[in-house]
Amino acid sequence: MSELAGKVSNTVNPKKPKNYKVEKHSSLWWMYLPALLFVTTFIVYPFINGFRISFTDWNGFSQESNFIGLDQYRRMFSDPTTWTVVRNTLLYGIGSTILQNVIGLGYALLLNSKIKMRTLTRTVVYLPVIISPLIMGYIFYLIFAFQNGALNDAITFFGFNPINALGNPSVNPLIIVLVNTYQFVGIAMIIYLAGLQSISKDYYEAADIDGASAFQQFKSITLPLLAPSITINVVLNIIGGLKLFDVIIALTGGGPGNASQSSSTFMYSLYFSRQDAGYAATQGILVAFMILIISLLALWYFKRKEIEA
Amino acid sequence: MSTTKKMILTLVAFFITVFHIIPFYILITTSLKVRGDFSSRWTFPDYFTLENFTTAWQSANLGNAFMNSFIITIGAAILLIFFGSMAAYPLARRATKLNKAILVLFVAIMVVPPLTALVPLYQMVVEIGMLNTRTVAILNNVAAFMPLTIFLYSGFIRSTIPKELEEAAKIDGCSTFGIFFKIVFPLLKPVTASVLIIACVFIWNDYQFAIFFLQSSDVHTLTVAMDSFVGANQNNLGLVAAAAFMAMIPMAILFLFLQKYFIAGLSSGAVKG
Repeated sequence: MSELAGKVSNTVNPKKPKNYKVEKHSSLWWMYLPALLFVTTFIVYPFINGFRISFTDWNGFSQESNFIGLDQYRRMFSDPTTWTVVRNTLLYGIGSTILQNVIGLGYALLLNSKIKMRTLTRTVVYLPVIISPLIMGYIFYLIFAFQNGALNDAITFFGFNPINALGNPSVNPLIIVLVNTYQFVGIAMIIYLAGLQSISKDYYEAADIDGASAFQQFKSITLPLLAPSITINVVLNIIGGLKLFDVIIALTGGGPGNASQSSSTFMYSLYFSRQDAGYAATQGILVAFMILIISLLALWYFKRKEIEA
Repeated sequence: MSTTKKMILTLVAFFITVFHIIPFYILITTSLKVRGDFSSRWTFPDYFTLENFTTAWQSANLGNAFMNSFIITIGAAILLIFFGSMAAYPLARRATKLNKAILVLFVAIMVVPPLTALVPLYQMVVEIGMLNTRTVAILNNVAAFMPLTIFLYSGFIRSTIPKELEEAAKIDGCSTFGIFFKIVFPLLKPVTASVLIIACVFIWNDYQFAIFFLQSSDVHTLTVAMDSFVGANQNNLGLVAAAAFMAMIPMAILFLFLQKYFIAGLSSGAVKG
């Protein structure tokens, strides 16, 4: 590698002023060529290939596949599961985003005050961020399991009937949102904490002199000056929530039926359990567009707010 | 702040801390209970045995899984740092039309969800005969985190490394490659630390790609090994808890000792990503 690099750069002799100019304007493209090869092979090429597969009835392993035009797309829009999956994916994305931001900001405000517990609290809240979401899902399975789960142990201890949180299709998507929030609220907290610490104390002193209440100060000073942190957190959490996979596999496996399936887990089961690769690719295109449109919308909306503030 | 207000806030922080510890507490009590012990998960058993830990370690083949996770994570991190920093240098320093376009391409890839490409990616990996190899897991992770790595490095080079330094080196007859690795790269330590931490946390914890590419048990990483172990032991949660505890412990210890670097590194990725 270094030999090759030496040869390339030696073609331009830095001691000759004539060539110095040439080098200054060269792109030095060979330096990013390896990186470019990586992303082209593993991301760009498969992405383009995904479009091709979505127009076929390929089953995922056979040599044969037929071009069937827009049939998979027609099938997707008339498949009721698509809408369950889209609803869940949006719930995971938007639900986690709202909870993580509200709770994360609350925690940050608390930890920004000079109290004794704050280092310990910060460590404990942040710890789950670095743990695999799959393992976090298994830990929460011990809590929410119907038989002998910690939640039901507590509920029955107080004389109430146990609840089947993971088996109930109208509750388990919410449980998944809660677990995802628990795991990643630490990131929102840290970003808000950094944002709060960068706000000058002078604003609050001036507001105190003017007799502004704590709530007025929060609304008119803290929130507007936190706008950049809000943008980052919202975009980050939406993208993370829309891609949710590991926790769902660990907690419900997408079930019962397809009730808690997200786009990612649905694609996974279409491809590996149902040998329906063409349709899986079509669902992939749908989720790609969903993520793209929602994150661009969020970015645009919050950037505009930032400028107004 | 008044003393009463301070006390209330401390109390709130205390309850938040306890609330966030509960899952780990339940994990530990469960991992210490033998099969058939259906006592409440909130209590510790009145006996002491580490049977679950030894059984889980052996039957989940966790030793092998740790090794695979370690090789894949470190391998990918080294390649990311080497090729990522090298790629960022011209993109940060030479604003030619080509380089501007390339930078836009890398940023655009960051927005594309990787799972869109899973089906065709899997097909490609099978075709080139690289399914169930650690190499393909390394290469794929390098590709997945390359755009973020380049973004972090190029931002840092543009804002903190003085151009004069490179010009001085050039006059002394240093090649571009030499300037980069001898003079610029050592100054990039803070970003290199961030990239290392981001890569380590996300690649170590990766499940979505690993479950596709590493299906044979000898190349299982921790997450995939956990997945198949849990599948086989659904009715023995003590074992599952012990395995989960052992699987999370290395990263948790690293985090507790290097907390400052983890938080700084991960949030730099968050801010830029």
